[in-house]
Amino acid sequence: MARLTRRDLILRSAALGCSAAASPLLTPVSFASMPSDNRLVVIILRGAMDGLDVVQPMGDPAFRLARPDFQLGPEEGNHDLDGFFSMHRALEPLMPLWQAGDLGFVQAVSTPYRNKRSHFDGQDLLEAGTPDGTEGQAHTDGWLNRLLQNMPNARRETALAVGREEALILRGAAASVSWSPSARLALSDATSDLLGYLYRNDPLFDDAFQNAEFYSSLLYGDFGSEEMADGEMAEMMQEMIDQSNQSNSVQSLASFAAERLRADARIASFSIGGWDTHRSQIGGLQRPLRTLATAILRLRDGLGPAWSQTTVLAMTEFGRTVHQNGSQGTDHGTGGAMLLAGGAVRGGRVYGDWPGLDEADLFDRRDLMPTRDVRAYAAWAMRGLFGIERSALESHIYPELDMGSDPSILL
Amino acid sequence: MTSRSTLAQIRFGTGLGVRAQAEDPDQILRRLQGRDLAADEFPMETMQTRVADALRLHELRRARHESDAAQNSFTNYRREFRNRVARQLGTRVARAIWTEDGLRERLTWFWADHFTTVPHRVQMLGRISAYVDMAIRPHVAGNFADMLEAAILNPIMIRYLDQDRSIGPNSPVGLRRGASLNENLAREVLELHSLGVGANYDQRDVRQLAELLTGLSVNTDWQMVFRAATAEPGAEQVLGVSYGGDEPAELDDLRAVLRDLALRPETGRHISWKLADYFLTDVENSGAVDAMTSAYLESGGDLSAVMAALLDRPEAWQMPFSKVKRPFHFLASATRALGLDPEEVSRAPLGVIGRVVQRPMAAMGQSWQGAQGPDGYFDDDQEWIRSQSLAARIGWAMTMPSQIVRSLPDPRQFVDTALGDAASDDLIWSVARAETREAGIGLVLSSPDFQRS
Repeated sequence: MARLTRRDLILRSAALGCSAAASPLLTPVSFASMPSDNRLVVIILRGAMDGLDVVQPMGDPAFRLARPDFQLGPEEGNHDLDGFFSMHRALEPLMPLWQAGDLGFVQAVSTPYRNKRSHFDGQDLLEAGTPDGTEGQAHTDGWLNRLLQNMPNARRETALAVGREEALILRGAAASVSWSPSARLALSDATSDLLGYLYRNDPLFDDAFQNAEFYSSLLYGDFGSEEMADGEMAEMMQEMIDQSNQSNSVQSLASFAAERLRADARIASFSIGGWDTHRSQIGGLQRPLRTLATAILRLRDGLGPAWSQTTVLAMTEFGRTVHQNGSQGTDHGTGGAMLLAGGAVRGGRVYGDWPGLDEADLFDRRDLMPTRDVRAYAAWAMRGLFGIERSALESHIYPELDMGSDPSILL
Repeated sequence: MTSRSTLAQIRFGTGLGVRAQAEDPDQILRRLQGRDLAADEFPMETMQTRVADALRLHELRRARHESDAAQNSFTNYRREFRNRVARQLGTRVARAIWTEDGLRERLTWFWADHFTTVPHRVQMLGRISAYVDMAIRPHVAGNFADMLEAAILNPIMIRYLDQDRSIGPNSPVGLRRGASLNENLAREVLELHSLGVGANYDQRDVRQLAELLTGLSVNTDWQMVFRAATAEPGAEQVLGVSYGGDEPAELDDLRAVLRDLALRPETGRHISWKLADYFLTDVENSGAVDAMTSAYLESGGDLSAVMAALLDRPEAWQMPFSKVKRPFHFLASATRALGLDPEEVSRAPLGVIGRVVQRPMAAMGQSWQGAQGPDGYFDDDQEWIRSQSLAARIGWAMTMPSQIVRSLPDPRQFVDTALGDAASDDLIWSVARAETREAGIGLVLSSPDFQRS
């Protein structure tokens, strides 16, 4: 397989961690094979997905009141799931999966992270899988890596981190493979807004930034493969501008992950960004949701028969405020939602205990109250997929976790 | 409040990083006048090595059809050849990361641009770096006359500005072949390298200097030679001074005219203005150029004295950072702030250097060793920040760090690593709100705070 020998493949292992051979600048490539037939894909939704807009609690009367300007419920094109929750219209392509029982959600969950609502800390905790209060620490490993350490037959090729972003979730003593396509990563609206803010008092940068979007291929870090003549360059750039960038790159991530999961890999992880919808959420949430839907469909198509043995968990660092803010968006919150997909999950339902949205029910009187640790669901998934001992899950993989009763999210 | 130490490292060095750079004027000058430690640590290949390599490549290319083995040796050697060229760029980045004497790097970039040469053939590719290290770098804290002579008499410059095609019309070869002058180098020496285009010289001076420069050429081993057979006989007058006399033309006449040009007040002013403008904005309204010109003339072209005069100016120590970093400067300071291992950078292969440095630089508008002409890259900040080139800077800032750093730092700490007390409140506020670590690092590196020096 020629694709696997590309230079972009980066071999990561703790044993090599300190030597020049493992340097991202110097690394060569390799690959090989593995046990268990079950597959686990973890998609990190970076930027804090608004679980309340994705899985809309229409049955709770307080919801509409909190978000008067949002497009909520089936009358706005969203999909009624069970009479209480509606699924966001941008996930429409996933409706067949819902109907087939290959798609489900968990509502009102969160990591143990509380109060500070920092993206970095929140994502660190989500990937490290550690308790609240550990966010300031230097995390040496992530929970998927500790899962590998608890899989006696795991080899380096068992786990695959796809994408350029740092994969804390897979970092650690157990070796894994990481692959980064040359594809681009979108500059999300939120990042673009922050850049605009930084440039606002510097006319030179501010003016240039106004039209920088036109050069989106450059903006997404694609500098071309070779030096090219002007004509060729212009042509290629136009081609790239025509493509929607993150969506495209995530498609290739998901396809590659599926290809590897069909072969030797059993665990894969990648990220989708763009969820930080502080303003104009009606439009702003469409893009990442469509990307997420595409990624899941790519995984299903690419996995073929192995889809039936696959569990996809899409998790975010925290949810968003119950009330809309002054710019038709939402701010950083606490409780949120997780998406479950795959032929191995018991889909077609929304899991979780609904806490209610009356002011007294909220966390800090502003956020959806998490009613369960999101790690508990992931832990039960790992138990079901790979037979990991409960004691290992509750201490080593997820320190200080109480898994509670089995929510039976797997078939 | 930005400290003097931070300002010194960002404005007069290659930026903040793991190793601190010189923090005040005395330290800056002491290190600049001391040993070139970065070049000791990360040496550049010599011209001779490059010439020998190119010759070997040429031989292997000719022999490659003789057998499969010959084809293989050619292919392998060609890969190695290209990797070595890439390593030259890696070496320049590595020095900027490693150094505690950042002004030396900055001045090397400045003077390499002042004495721009551009490879017009593949075999020249690897030689520009050798030229810069040989003719430019040793003199950045020395005397301008020495640098001028070393640069103009270097085979790379001679070839680049066609001096080897300039034949004295009355020289033996000229008389025999009816060949004539090529004024290219002579014109650029006056216009770009010494007096400056605004100075009081005319076409006769160009012509006379061109005649004086005849004889200057390059042999097949890429060494500078003086060929009396092509040198114009007789005396030449440049700016009212007579060179050559009745004796047969010789290289010393050339050296004499270059030295005299270096000591002209117009040259002192031209050089001082360019240097001031490289570090500061609004130099028209500052006394820096006058002070530097005086230092130049009083010291007889001592570039350390000129830099000391610049560092002595109050405006050299005023915030905000206002000059836009050139793309290479941006990339070098970014890799330094990101804490890349200079040793690894210096050994990185072509594919990596191309992806991380060379192609991004080109996308930002500064092709490596690819200036449009002998006048070098743009001088004007406005030219560097267009929508397209800014998109390339942002694209690099947002996407490259996670590809080249093992573990991205927390952006809230990285603001401090990269900018220290020069980070604006706006930036600190924004970075804390970034959506991802990657975006946070990207914001720091894309910010005007980091993009300017």
